[in-house]
Amino acid sequence: MSYDKELYQQVILDHNRKPRNFRAIENASHSCHGVNPLCGDDITVYLNVNEDGGTIDELSFQGSGCAISKASTSLMTTFLKGRSVEEARRIKEEFHKMILGNLDPEKEEHHLGKLVLFAGIREYPSRTKCASLAWHTLVGALDKKFDGVSTE
Amino acid sequence: MPDTSASVAGNVLDVEKIRADFPILSQSVRGKPLVYLDNAATTHKPSAVIERVRNFDAEEYGTVRRGTYKLSERATQLYEEARRNVADFVGAEKSGEIVFTSGTTQAINLVAHSFGKRFVNAGDEIIISNIEHHANTVPWQVLCQERGANLKVIPVNDDGELMMEEYAKLLSSKTRMVAVNHVSNALGTINPVKKITEQAHAAGARVLIDGAQSAPHIKLDVQDIGCDFYTFSGHKMYGPSGIGGVYGKREVWEEMPPYVTGGDMIMQVTLEKTTYAKPPARFEAGTPPITQVIGLSAAIDYLNEIGMEKIADYENSLLEYGTRLFQEIDEVRIIGNARRKASIISFFSDAVHSHDMVHFLDEDGVACRGGHHCAQPTMIRYGVPATTRASMAFYNKPEELDALAESVKKCIRFFS
Ligand SMILES: Cc1ncc(COP(=O)(O)O)c(C=O)c1O
Repeated sequence: MSYDKELYQQVILDHNRKPRNFRAIENASHSCHGVNPLCGDDITVYLNVNEDGGTIDELSFQGSGCAISKASTSLMTTFLKGRSVEEARRIKEEFHKMILGNLDPEKEEHHLGKLVLFAGIREYPSRTKCASLAWHTLVGALDKKFDGVSTE
Repeated sequence: MPDTSASVAGNVLDVEKIRADFPILSQSVRGKPLVYLDNAATTHKPSAVIERVRNFDAEEYGTVRRGTYKLSERATQLYEEARRNVADFVGAEKSGEIVFTSGTTQAINLVAHSFGKRFVNAGDEIIISNIEHHANTVPWQVLCQERGANLKVIPVNDDGELMMEEYAKLLSSKTRMVAVNHVSNALGTINPVKKITEQAHAAGARVLIDGAQSAPHIKLDVQDIGCDFYTFSGHKMYGPSGIGGVYGKREVWEEMPPYVTGGDMIMQVTLEKTTYAKPPARFEAGTPPITQVIGLSAAIDYLNEIGMEKIADYENSLLEYGTRLFQEIDEVRIIGNARRKASIISFFSDAVHSHDMVHFLDEDGVACRGGHHCAQPTMIRYGVPATTRASMAFYNKPEELDALAESVKKCIRFFS
């Protein structure tokens, strides 16, 4: 099939079909609601941050959106579990640069691991917000943005 | 017997001849012929419009209503002839009942502000419907907040039709304005605007019809409808963007204060006081989009030449054909099955989110819109986050709907 292999890779399709950590965490230490008003993607990210070590012990999400936004959020939750808040923020910056085409994971040093799957997004400016919503919402949760965040 | 593509194309319109009038349609996208099905968002321009605009700018352009030299007088005359042309197109009696705006959004804001300031007070009520574009929702919400008025909403049934019995119950002596669309951009429903208007008038309320989607599809007669205001957008009726307007009954315009103030809308200005010009000038402050007005008029000439009845007939046959194609796709549900519909098919699939769908259609050269179509309350009513929308114009061919349906099926297979 000639379909856009670069963007809709098997892993992304799989996370879209079976999103990981797709649930709410009761009494989460941090949470945030994020929306993309242009396309209606709508997610809530939940975290339990260990106050002593500053590590993310638990991470989950709920909501609705396109395959890219769902897979991006699902992969983010699996990728960040057990990492420190500092690391999470750094990875968010790198991820954002990558999808905007300002960081080439093949040429430059990075800490994105399997998240490089989303590098293809840079070819589709109208879809970058689908991939970044999860990360904006994560940072919103860490920064205690109680009113939620929006990509616009 | 099921319709084949050929029999739908029928004899109503020579669609190949029409397509030759639209230069943009002959291009390819990713090696496939462009299938343009986002006409509810914006339509393309025939050569007649492109050339008229070019010639006007090259040979006739000038300021309007100000200059006293030849070029300006000529431009002013063409500008006012365009107003007459628009008035005839919507069925207005007097050309002065047409006020040019940048489009429907600005037209509704103009009426909401100006009419609201004069006629809407605390405790009054405005009625809209559950299937309005945000352009016909937000200005009324804001007005109600500012004036202490209340917004009432006509509910819709599962097919996307306004519930007229409920509408009748909402009307009262408190109702100041009923603002509904003629055709819903999200679902395609054609609303019974004449009946809506009669009932509103019986209750003593004024009526605004948002005609952004109907102007390009239906032969209009604002006097027959009886409405007080009727809005439209040039870029949805094969004309330029940045121009549109609103028909309003002379006697209602007369009563309304200006919305935007400045040059061209005055009678006399001293440093202490300004008296306002009569409508329509009162509502057209500043230098208008002159070239765009000329382009809109050329688009109307083009539509008149083909004939709006013919356009409506042909688009209806496209709608029937496309609806049948979609009814055969099990994974897809059409949102909006009103008995009277314009050529819009909005659909939803549990298997594929509309943004992924639109992305994949684009890979096949098919341009459709995905999302909430600036009608979030409509999406909420039907319990879907977004839909994919194919909106057809008279330059579309049944074969293009075949291509759309094939692409949709392929996309669903890919995601299942
Ligand atoms: C029903 C309806 N009303 C209003 C609008 C707003 O029109 P415009 O963007 O031209 O101001 C649209 C356009 O999307 C529409 O479809």
